[in-house]
Amino acid sequence: MGKLVLLIEDEPNIIEAISFILSRDGWEVKTHSNGHDAMDVVRARRPDLVILDVMLPGRSGFDLLGDIRGDAALEALPVLMLTARGQRKDREMAEAAGVNRYMTKPFSNADVLEAVRDLVRE
Amino acid sequence: MATLKLLIAVSIVYVVFLFCVAFAADRAARQGRGAWLRSPLIYTLSLSIYCTAWTFYGAVGFAARSGLEYLTIYLGPTLVMIGWWWSLRKLVRIGRAQRITSIADMISSRYGKSNLLAVIVTLIAVIGTTPYIALQLQSVSLSFAAFAETERGLVDAGAVQDTALYVALGLVVFTILFGTRNLDANERHHGVVIAIALEAIVKLLALLAVGVFVVWGLSDGIVHTLERIDASQIADWEVSPSRWTGLTLVSAAAFLCLPRMFQVMVVENEDEGHLRTASWAFPVYLMLISLFVVPIAAVGLEVMPTGANPDLFVLKLPLLAGQEGLAILSFLGGFSSATSMVVVAAIALSTMVSNHIVMPIWLRATGGTATISGDVRQVALLARRLSIAGIVLLGYVYFSLSGGGTALAAIGLVAFVGVSQFLPALMGGLFWRGATRTGALAGLCTGFVVWLYCLFLPSFGPGVLLPQSVFDAGPLGLGWLRPYALFGAEGMDSVVHAVMWSLLLNTAAFIIGSILSFPSPMERLQGAQFVNVFEHSRTAGSWSGGMAQSEDLLIMSQRIMGAREAQALFADMARRQGLSGYLPEPSPEFLERLERELSGSVGAATAHAMISQIIGRAAVSVEDLLAVADETAQIMEYSSQLEAKSEEQARTARQLREANKLLTQLSLQKDEFLSQVSHELRTPMTSIRAFSEILRDTSELGPEAQQKYSSIIHDESRRLTRLLDDLLDLSVLESGKVTLNTQSGRLGDMLDRAVAATSGDPGLHIIRETAQEDVWLTTDHDRLAQVFINLIANARKYCDAPEPRLTIQPRMQDGRLVVDFSDNGSGIAMADHGLIFEKFSRIGETKTSGAGLGLAICREIMARLGGTISYLPGQKGATFRVVLPVETRLAAQ
Repeated sequence: MGKLVLLIEDEPNIIEAISFILSRDGWEVKTHSNGHDAMDVVRARRPDLVILDVMLPGRSGFDLLGDIRGDAALEALPVLMLTARGQRKDREMAEAAGVNRYMTKPFSNADVLEAVRDLVRE
Repeated sequence: MATLKLLIAVSIVYVVFLFCVAFAADRAARQGRGAWLRSPLIYTLSLSIYCTAWTFYGAVGFAARSGLEYLTIYLGPTLVMIGWWWSLRKLVRIGRAQRITSIADMISSRYGKSNLLAVIVTLIAVIGTTPYIALQLQSVSLSFAAFAETERGLVDAGAVQDTALYVALGLVVFTILFGTRNLDANERHHGVVIAIALEAIVKLLALLAVGVFVVWGLSDGIVHTLERIDASQIADWEVSPSRWTGLTLVSAAAFLCLPRMFQVMVVENEDEGHLRTASWAFPVYLMLISLFVVPIAAVGLEVMPTGANPDLFVLKLPLLAGQEGLAILSFLGGFSSATSMVVVAAIALSTMVSNHIVMPIWLRATGGTATISGDVRQVALLARRLSIAGIVLLGYVYFSLSGGGTALAAIGLVAFVGVSQFLPALMGGLFWRGATRTGALAGLCTGFVVWLYCLFLPSFGPGVLLPQSVFDAGPLGLGWLRPYALFGAEGMDSVVHAVMWSLLLNTAAFIIGSILSFPSPMERLQGAQFVNVFEHSRTAGSWSGGMAQSEDLLIMSQRIMGAREAQALFADMARRQGLSGYLPEPSPEFLERLERELSGSVGAATAHAMISQIIGRAAVSVEDLLAVADETAQIMEYSSQLEAKSEEQARTARQLREANKLLTQLSLQKDEFLSQVSHELRTPMTSIRAFSEILRDTSELGPEAQQKYSSIIHDESRRLTRLLDDLLDLSVLESGKVTLNTQSGRLGDMLDRAVAATSGDPGLHIIRETAQEDVWLTTDHDRLAQVFINLIANARKYCDAPEPRLTIQPRMQDGRLVVDFSDNGSGIAMADHGLIFEKFSRIGETKTSGAGLGLAICREIMARLGGTISYLPGQKGATFRVVLPVETRLAAQ
């Protein structure tokens, strides 16, 4: 059985693309598409990796990242942030908040796959 | 029989004619034509409602009974008119400066906008005017009866009453039609005024015609007539100095205080300069109308059988001589006198009753604030219409109860003395700063009670309302309280007696009450405003710019003044303060102007109360009082300079704050803009790249998946193109390089297009007024439709009502086309009003598909088309207003 990736993203087409890529590589993919109750889903699913969008309805990806790092049980959970905001200060903010990997959209499928493999292997 | 039918036919034709004239004048005034409607001559003629049926019929009766004494009734007003510079000018100036709606409003305004005072004045006015209206109805029905009598012998009382009822109903209809067209009582009733002016001419001509007929037709010229006068009992009259003085005084007082006189003289006054003409023209009118009174009376006494009612000589002399045409003219004269008085009195009284009694009660009953619900305008108009009907019918009831027996002049005098009780409070208020509300209350109540007891109740005769014993020995045997001999003043004429005691005690109570009491700050302010009206031109600075909610004020004003007028006023004030949009800062000037405008509709006391409810402050500040106290010219000058300077600074500061706020927001938005563009471009590109890589790298994809993924790529590239188009469109519009494709077309067609283009989602119900859409526009149709599409699409996206509705309401306003798009959702928070037209400003956290460029594009398009688009605050949901220039050419087919 593959490891579990939780994808938190609100754009349906991007959800579909990432799910497709990861499933084909043998990952189990669960998705969630808003910020309001994303934390509940993270706690309930206990994924091996979280892929997080930044601009989410309800709460932003930065808020969610803060919550994850603030939760003792989730401290070690690897987080891959995917965002359409490519400015440097966004990347700095994400790193300060404790992100494991930061990628800007649009991304190459191979890069995403590699990043996911890297993060879970660590 | 033929004459009576002819008379009825002529009366009906005359009434229809009056309706037409009033209608035409109203229309001319509304269309801005008819400067002659505002001429001093019309003003003078309208003052002639002083001459009612009492003058027309009763003066002859008066002369037949008491000789030349009838002249006192004209002497009083003549003196007032000649002395216009000292009293009338001030009254009119104050009336205009304070937007006074009635005599009750005037007195209440002067004494600190006290509604209690207004209520008392209104009640006295109603009690004093009812008999007078009854008198008019009586005279019309008696004159009808006189015609019928000459043909069929005696007429039964029932028929007389029927006539009075029909006349009363007709008057109610006329008054409601032309007297309550506008809510603003301060606006002139052009139709009514012109009808009165016309009637003034008819009654003068009629009386002159009868006079000429009597002198040259029934007598053989002037010399012969003078001989007949010498021979009649009129020659035996004795001058009673006390009666002459008393009656002159009371008629002068009534001229100033009668509600109907106040209405035509002050409220309907268009220009203070008209007084100058009226000051000589009106006395001339009075002289002409009284010219033939004595000859008619003398010849009548000689020719008519003894015991005939001298009040009807004017009518019966021509009838007796078989001059039916002249008799009908004379009838029309009397009819005119009676109807014009009732119409104006009903308008004046209904304004008072609705503003000071009905509206305050209604406002209190609906929770005390005007912002709650319902259309105040409709309520006020309804109140005014019901009051008109009530007042005229009250006159009818009085007439049918009293049986109409008393001589005309007697009822007239009773009413005159009644309204004269306003004089001390009114004049004292104009000239004496020390006059207070307490004093005015004491004076009015005292005078009213004395009048009621000494004149009004006894006027019904002993044994009707007051028992005979009270007349003979006083109440409970107290001899000094006999109604005709108060405090032992025996042997006086009853009217003179009542005038003396009521005015004396009234004035005494007024002065003593004023001296003993302490005026409230508001009274001090208003007192200074009234007494020094010629020095001050602006009204009391009674409002300080607190944390008033401009939006609440707008909501309230829309209910009272009507949406269009209120929005125009607010927009104008905002522009003067250098702000855009519809919400001015609640500065003192703005609040004062608003209060004045509102008081034109609902009276000063109510307007003040309504604003203070919203502002939360009714008191007067220390600065205001100091301004009144230190009135030496220098200090005033200095402080007004300072005030102007600090106002200037405050205004600049406000503008700077406004600009700074916008700049800060804009700079934040610039950052946000880049980030937004980045986000909006990258999102579709992500899908495109991801799926194209999948298609490239995955060999075993089924045809279904291939199809699906390529259409995602297709859709996303279109989304990208659309976004780029929007950005490009916006930058072209902003740079002004856009070329417009201007052509002529119908608004309705453009709306049809917009509605059809957005009909994807059936959730939104669109309400249109197709009748209003028949407007031709010369503009860029595609661009305008683009704006409409955007507004409709926004309503679809953002309207959060359970059953979303969008109303599209076009109308013409000041030569421009205004189209309001209002939905029934919860609207847009005030803090966001300034932002919604900026780029990428999707307010709140709403995650909808647009990039937030729609309204920014709309704003640019409207600017290119020479129009505007704005958010209209204070409506129920979100309302966007599109304004366009238009060729005023309706589709005529």
